[in-house]
Amino acid sequence: MADNSKDNNAYWAANKRIIGVSLVIWFLCSFGFGILLRPMLSGISVGGTDLGFWFAQQGSILVFLVLIFFYAWRMNKVDAEHGVEE
Amino acid sequence: MDQYTLNLLVVGASFALYIGIAIWARAGSTAEFYAAGQGVPPVMNGMATAADWMSAASFISMAGLIAFVGYDNSTFLMGWTGGYVLLALLLAPYLRKFGKFTVPEFVGDRFYSQGARLVAVICLIVISVTYVIGQMRGVGVTFARFLEVSTDTGLYIGAAIVFAYAVFGGMKGITYTQVAQYCVLIIAYTIPAIFISLQVTGNFLPQLGLFGTYAPSGGDVAFLTKLDQVVMELGFSQYTAHSTSTLNMVFFTMSLMIGTAGLPHVIIRFFTVPKVADARWSAGWALVFIALLYTVAPAVGSMARLNITSTFWPNAVAGNALDGEALSVEEINTNPELTWINTWVNTGLLGFEDKNGDGRIQYYNDASPAMQAIATERGWVGNELTKFDRDMLVLANPEIAKLPGWVIALVAAGGLAAALSTAAGLLLAISSAVSHDLIKGAINPNITEKGELLAARVSMAFAIVVATWLGLNPPGFAAQVVALAFGLAAATIFPVLMMGIFSKRINKEGAIAGMLVGLFSTAIYIFLFLGWFFIPGTATLENVPANWLFGISPASFGTVGAILNFGAAYIVSGMTKEPPREIQDLVESIRVPKGAGAATGH
Repeated sequence: MADNSKDNNAYWAANKRIIGVSLVIWFLCSFGFGILLRPMLSGISVGGTDLGFWFAQQGSILVFLVLIFFYAWRMNKVDAEHGVEE
Repeated sequence: MDQYTLNLLVVGASFALYIGIAIWARAGSTAEFYAAGQGVPPVMNGMATAADWMSAASFISMAGLIAFVGYDNSTFLMGWTGGYVLLALLLAPYLRKFGKFTVPEFVGDRFYSQGARLVAVICLIVISVTYVIGQMRGVGVTFARFLEVSTDTGLYIGAAIVFAYAVFGGMKGITYTQVAQYCVLIIAYTIPAIFISLQVTGNFLPQLGLFGTYAPSGGDVAFLTKLDQVVMELGFSQYTAHSTSTLNMVFFTMSLMIGTAGLPHVIIRFFTVPKVADARWSAGWALVFIALLYTVAPAVGSMARLNITSTFWPNAVAGNALDGEALSVEEINTNPELTWINTWVNTGLLGFEDKNGDGRIQYYNDASPAMQAIATERGWVGNELTKFDRDMLVLANPEIAKLPGWVIALVAAGGLAAALSTAAGLLLAISSAVSHDLIKGAINPNITEKGELLAARVSMAFAIVVATWLGLNPPGFAAQVVALAFGLAAATIFPVLMMGIFSKRINKEGAIAGMLVGLFSTAIYIFLFLGWFFIPGTATLENVPANWLFGISPASFGTVGAILNFGAAYIVSGMTKEPPREIQDLVESIRVPKGAGAATGH
């Protein structure tokens, strides 16, 4: 049980690292590019408007999709590395 | 074949399909009733989750909300999809590993407290009941428009259909009907969108057409540039510009995201998959199916806005709207392509009035000073398109874009599928909280499996009766209660679940304190501005930005409630003793996927 819980801690730390990086990207592509940083990106024009508008209405959703599939794929590998897969 | 017969055929066929599935997928055990026997493949669960999540609000209202406000309402697009990232990363896999049937059951076990479970049940019921009222209204309104029955009759028919498959099939029946309902609603949403995108931009993909060129004027100007130009000419604010408070926009988006992740009827969908890894994949598939509608919605909204504006200002197509005359009343009454205007006037969702008696309908923003000057000069006495309900935009879109009759019938079936699938999911969340958390968990723990299954069916039937009654007698605050549902999900359920998984130190005192602080702060803030318990005329403060705390609107307050919940839980837990050893072991065990198959519901 003792060895097991040590490995579980390493597994949990790895999981939290991946979650942390993913959530930074999640925040940056929605609240960041879509809202707060939009004025800074206003120079980059996309079909009649600017990049911030594209992120707010299309880009953020596409990034969310990539993030969830990336997380599922990465965690499956981490599960196997730590021997905790089902 | 006339439009009415066509609507009847398409809607009737979709209902026959749902009933057929209900007969095929009857639930035989509580595991099947609550969690579809935990055997739903991830892709299928993703589809069911998408239908469960996308309600009448997503299907009928959202494109209209974006169309008439523009960029600032991108909050709905980001907020209602970004929550799935939080679900997939922070909640779904661990709750699936826990392996029980309801959200309050996790709260009760993790915080070793019947009290905590009860608070969670109360939050769940308030959230789900307020939500279900809107769905029942959506069913009634769609029926009233397309099948020419009264709203009340429509509601009864909808309730009977939900009764048939939800009471007998439970989660199993609901899951497979939701898969069918997703297919109906997504076809119904995307087909008109493709047609309209082709007409307006020449691009068959609405996602690209939105950033493409405006075809009717020759294709030398970007579609969004054209839209900006036309709406600003009529005194409305620029479509693509940011014109409200940035802080409120951030808080509102966050509130919708964590509210989405905290909605019990969405969370319980992840209890139905076989493994932890499936819960992760399933969240991804759910977002794929949701994104199919959500990336199309902003295109549908903006293109409809331009279509409507150029219908009332025919000159706007090729040049400046105000260089030509407005649409004449005579043309509305005689042009066969414009019959939709009078059809919708009859439903009360659209209204026009020739105020200055010039035989033309001038549609403009009469609150804009620049337009007032033009109006005086030209002898207009106010905006004559007196009513354009945002909810009619998606339903009327095929008619506005002059699409064939079968597309209109399909949209009717799609609107009903969206409302019915969400209503069924909500009713299941309510009935399982009653039969599993209240009856089995608190009142009669020794109830037999058969007894509990019967209790679940009776609570489901009772929930449908209550929802129907509330749909018939809406408390007159449908728009406000949605703010309450999201605010409470954000301020109560999401934080308590996240802390239950990510912290071993949060104890029962902290969890209960956190939930109560989140519940009361959010509810009180909403009541201050929208009336105490939504009774009209009892609002303490006028609901205007000047009165809001730091400019945060009542609908955005869920984010603040969640922060207060986290804060209270940490402070109170720090002052009281840590959770017992076995609870800390429980947290350890839900963090690793291994052994999920062995977990049971009892």
